[in-house]
Amino acid sequence: MSSSALDPLDIVDPDHEHSHIGEEVERRLRRADRRRGFLLALPAYLYMVLFFAVPLVIVLIYSFATRTSSGSVALSGWNLESYRKLGEPIVRNVVFRSAFLAAITTVVCLLVGYPYAYFAATRRPLVRNLLLVAVMIPFWTNFLVRNYSWRLLLSTGGPISSATEAIGLGETDLLFTRTAVVLGLTYSFLPFMILPLYASIERIDWRLVEASRDLYSSGWKSFSKIVFPLSLPGVIAGSILVFVPSLGAYVTPEILGGGRETMLGSYIVTQFLTARNWPVGASVSFVLMAVMLSATIVYFRAGGKNL
Amino acid sequence: MVPAVSMRALTKRFDDVVAVDALDLDIADGEFFALLGPSGCGKTTTLRMIAGLEIPSAGSLKIHGDEVGTLPPNKRPVNTVFQNYALFPHMSVADNVGFGLRMQKTPKADVARRVGEAIELVRLTGMEHRRPNQLSGGQQQRVALARALVNRPKVLLLDEPLAALDLKLRQGMQFELKQLQREVGITFVFVTHDQEEALSMADRIGVMGDGELLQVGTPEEIYDQPVNRFVADFIGRSNFLPGTVEDPSTVCLTNGTRVTVEHAGDAGEAIALSLRPERVQLTDRGAVPEGQASLDGTVSLVTFLGSGVVYQVALDWMTVEVRAENRPSVPRHDVGDDVSLWWRDDAVAVVPA
Ligand SMILES: Nc1ncnc2c1ncn2[C@@H]1O[C@H](COP(=O)(O)OP(=O)(O)O)[C@@H](O)[C@H]1O
Ligand SMILES: [Mg+2]
Repeated sequence: MSSSALDPLDIVDPDHEHSHIGEEVERRLRRADRRRGFLLALPAYLYMVLFFAVPLVIVLIYSFATRTSSGSVALSGWNLESYRKLGEPIVRNVVFRSAFLAAITTVVCLLVGYPYAYFAATRRPLVRNLLLVAVMIPFWTNFLVRNYSWRLLLSTGGPISSATEAIGLGETDLLFTRTAVVLGLTYSFLPFMILPLYASIERIDWRLVEASRDLYSSGWKSFSKIVFPLSLPGVIAGSILVFVPSLGAYVTPEILGGGRETMLGSYIVTQFLTARNWPVGASVSFVLMAVMLSATIVYFRAGGKNL
Repeated sequence: MVPAVSMRALTKRFDDVVAVDALDLDIADGEFFALLGPSGCGKTTTLRMIAGLEIPSAGSLKIHGDEVGTLPPNKRPVNTVFQNYALFPHMSVADNVGFGLRMQKTPKADVARRVGEAIELVRLTGMEHRRPNQLSGGQQQRVALARALVNRPKVLLLDEPLAALDLKLRQGMQFELKQLQREVGITFVFVTHDQEEALSMADRIGVMGDGELLQVGTPEEIYDQPVNRFVADFIGRSNFLPGTVEDPSTVCLTNGTRVTVEHAGDAGEAIALSLRPERVQLTDRGAVPEGQASLDGTVSLVTFLGSGVVYQVALDWMTVEVRAENRPSVPRHDVGDDVSLWWRDDAVAVVPA
């Protein structure tokens, strides 16, 4: 399943190996191609450098700086103090809680998203597209608005609470609990799970499923032995796309966790704005980003080869 | 003996398309049966109904006497070699081959032994740990074969298994498959659109056209006594000389020539004589055996094929293709030569016009 077969640069005519002229022409063509590609991508590169790389470097520099007693930052006396603070129990708890909630969110997204993606991918084209649009519709509303609307839904006396009361389960008080945070995160990031899952399930050659049925496997076995393994690239990509933003989520835990369920995002904001400890905020940010980045790189490195 | 596969009025409709139209067919146990027909005539659909991948719209389908019409594929004692092989890309060769056995909960030791045997049977020893995408087309084809045969099905279904291979490889595999079928003694139902493949491999052939079964018989029967023009034309090449039946052993051709045939049919019927190019004798004008009907014409095209020479001979009323062998004792003719054509009485088949 490598896409390199489509790469025109990979198509080497064996005849050219014996012809120096052909080789030279080809090399020049490739160089011209690369140059053109670079020029076309230049605005994007500039944008990335200006708005991504430069701020990142600034964050990195601040993480080695010292906080003065007045709460400002002294850009001198470089040290690792802020990184040492990451080992303290307070930070560790926040990290564990974040990772835990992000993991739960990922699992819930997978459990909800897989059946949906599977269902959508196995419908006829029109239904497929409708189901995919349905996934994306919530994006048309502002993220904050959506989170606040969950607050309304979950609050005591709100619709969910009334519903559970009506069917005799008693009032539920979900707002400002972990459940609320996981619900909100799941709701926010579910599309990031569904879309890659859909893409990988949709690509599966259903004749393989027929072949497995022909080889005495039940419908369930065909799923567990053929469909699921072949959709693993989507499962992994979706999990990363949900886990990574959940780990650093700020808005949802703030609004639905009510500050009781501090996650990394909130902690960083507190360090910058309330505690006015920029070096610590910067170091947490930087480590978080480094972890996410390496997870992604590891995935794509491994993915390119095996999947 | 109970047939391995028995179909009665077996029909499959897709919306308004009748893909398979009331098939009546018995395939004997241990037989190498070829289902032959042009693309889109319903061969794959027939095979898929036997496999259980398609549910018949009507009719009966029995495997070794048991009605299987709506039985799911995993409950049927048949296995398929799919046209595109459909090997599992995420499994090694050994795991592909052992898949069916594992699904049947065969004990581990047996699986290992039988997978080993099957891999040896198709001569892929040493490739057990490769992935399908690390194999050549011919090797993938063998894996597909081993994966099906290892289950010792009562019937093996093969859907154009050689179509994707290049000519040399295909010819080699035809021979191997035939050998293999004799060795294992399993009933093979082999789908192909390649008439040479069917003729050279099958014990019996069923010719399909447009969803219908047109003729069933041994390769010789199908080739020598085609029941209609479609079959005669699809299996090899043929000239069709239009005429009318005069009496049970005489046909009057359109140009007035009377020829003797073995079974002409009912007097007055419009028919055509199916005449294979290699059955026609080509001689200098008039050099025809005493009392033998003949047709006069002029050579209009000569095509040299190596093993033979194909002549187009223009008669006043049609053109006839003649194939002569390339042997020193067979005289050659050139374009423009005046020639006569004749044939033995038993060399032609009468088909509906
Ligand atoms: N799933 C399907 N839906 C609709 N039409 C089909 C389907 N499968 C096959 N057909 C039609 O049935 C006919 C027979 O197809 P098929 O059995 O694949 O032919 P063959 O294998 O002889 O080439 C064709 O006209 C094809 O278009
Ligand atoms: Mg077919």
